[in-house]
Amino acid sequence: MADIKVPSPDELSQIKHSPPLLKGWMSTPTVIKPGTYCYGAQPKNLEAVGFPNARPWNPLDADWKLPDNWKTIIIEGIRERISRFRSFHIFMDICVRCGACADKCHFFIGSGDPKNMPVLRAELLRSVYRREFTTAGKIFRKMVGARDLTEEVVKEWWSYFFQCTECRRCSVFCPYGIDTAEVTIIARELLNLLGLNIDWIAGPVANCFRKGNHLGIEPHAFKDMMDFFLDEIEGITGIRPEPTFNRKGAEILFITPSGDVFADPGTFTCMGYLMLFHQLGLDYTWSTYASEGGNFGFFTSHEMMKRLNSKMYAEAKRLGVKWILGGECGHMWRVVNQYMETMNGPVDFLEEPVSPITGTRFENASVTKMVHLVEFTADLIRNGKLKLDPSRNDHLTVTFHDSCNTARGMGFFEEPRYVLQSVCNNFFEMPEGTIREQTFCCGSGSGLNAGENMELRMRGGFPRANAVKYVQEKHGVNMLANICAIDRAALSTLMEYWAPEVGVTGLHELVANALIIDGEIERTTNLRGEPLGGETEEETEE
Amino acid sequence: MPTVEFKGKTFNVDEDGFIDDFNGWSREWVDYVKESEGISELTEEHWKVIDILQDYYKKNGIAPMVRILSKVTGFKLKYIYELFPSGPGKGACKMAGLPKPTGCV
Repeated sequence: MADIKVPSPDELSQIKHSPPLLKGWMSTPTVIKPGTYCYGAQPKNLEAVGFPNARPWNPLDADWKLPDNWKTIIIEGIRERISRFRSFHIFMDICVRCGACADKCHFFIGSGDPKNMPVLRAELLRSVYRREFTTAGKIFRKMVGARDLTEEVVKEWWSYFFQCTECRRCSVFCPYGIDTAEVTIIARELLNLLGLNIDWIAGPVANCFRKGNHLGIEPHAFKDMMDFFLDEIEGITGIRPEPTFNRKGAEILFITPSGDVFADPGTFTCMGYLMLFHQLGLDYTWSTYASEGGNFGFFTSHEMMKRLNSKMYAEAKRLGVKWILGGECGHMWRVVNQYMETMNGPVDFLEEPVSPITGTRFENASVTKMVHLVEFTADLIRNGKLKLDPSRNDHLTVTFHDSCNTARGMGFFEEPRYVLQSVCNNFFEMPEGTIREQTFCCGSGSGLNAGENMELRMRGGFPRANAVKYVQEKHGVNMLANICAIDRAALSTLMEYWAPEVGVTGLHELVANALIIDGEIERTTNLRGEPLGGETEEETEE
Repeated sequence: MPTVEFKGKTFNVDEDGFIDDFNGWSREWVDYVKESEGISELTEEHWKVIDILQDYYKKNGIAPMVRILSKVTGFKLKYIYELFPSGPGKGACKMAGLPKPTGCV
């Protein structure tokens, strides 16, 4: 319980990438070290959603209090999943261990730990699959890379599958198209069967299930937070938006991560949403029940992901809206685009989304009935529907971090850049190979953005931060824009550590800064209360 | 669950040393955290922050966002860090007996 000290950037950047030569990985024991693991799930959070083996446990203890039949649970768990998920079955069989993925993982780059090579991370599970489910593995054992399932193996899984952010950068480079994130997803599901969750995921899941969002914000508190934003907006623009909550008959339901409502700098992005919708006169409502865009259930099991995802659609149905507009979130879009239809579809009670402002039909969302706010805004700008003054963001030199899930999960590259370049004048890309589909993860995704694993997060975020530092030094970049709530929280800490003086912002904060609202007073500050772009230099000269 | 004993009182705490239940909070807890936080003397300003945190939590079931805390106390974030070296979450909320917020934060 003592505060865990994070090594300094100088210490942490001394990374050794040469693997031990003599000792094979199977004989290298797993060390669970403070600063690089997350606390085990509290029983109350597992009980809240009916997850198995809820009990107090500490990953540093020798006894993890597994159920007596834990081995059967895992073997049967694998058996069930290889028959249910063809992708998983194929991924277990076809890897030839070519190593193309080995140096592509941000955790390997930042830690030098060979078990953080995606190929080896998956091998931790594959070795048991071979032993139990392949003839060669049953007969030749270690000779063919098979090994017995022991408690030590389970601990190793727990350690390394919670050192993967499911970002899928490695899969971009796999000649076979193996999606290692799916291996992690299944491995975490197996661990979940034994009650081996982390509390940073289990807590938000329990909160979201009971109260509608990860933070556990209740309806009256949600409203209170929004009122605070309205006061702030009124102070800056003289205009007070009038959002509605749980309003039946609204045309659009808007859902964003609860982090935007609570945590800086996402709160400024949230103000941005409110200001944009006000200017548009959008017929929309917030929900205090489906008040979470994210889905930490995705980091526990397919079933839990389905249960949390269903709330968004149930609420859309209850309110009788036509379609759903989604805020700046990362993994929410992975869940919606890749899983929603087979889990909770077909969504025949909603309509194919049409922008009420431009008339644009979002055919790409005909299945999910859910449009990403950034493509909605890009469409507004393209059709000349927004009056923008990008010079209000002139004090910023901005670069853009592609969030893993929107970039690799949706191919969402151009829209955010189009919006960004319409609302600010100084934009520089990070180097090729670190953006777009090859973007580097923030190092804290998939529920690893806790406080106790800070060393791991700073290691995992090192490649991303390094690319930011490059444009900071070369072009004077002082702001890192992104479209994901975990990014907004995680990158702030990451920049403070690796690239001080670089701030972090959501895209719609910049949009709202540039947006000219009808009837507004002359603005003197941006949403953060800082003097506006062009005036900064004269006014702050002291 | 680990416990902390201080001035004759016993507190159940989580891994980060937050008390597990707001109802278990007492003056002794404040004194205990004060020591571990390295705060030499509690001033009226410390108490202002603690009182506001607790009132907000009782009403809303969650800690106030940092911007609300700053606005209601009139203290800039930097000053809150001067009062509570570990910051509004790990310092002030811990002392006030509030749980840690989780999620995309």
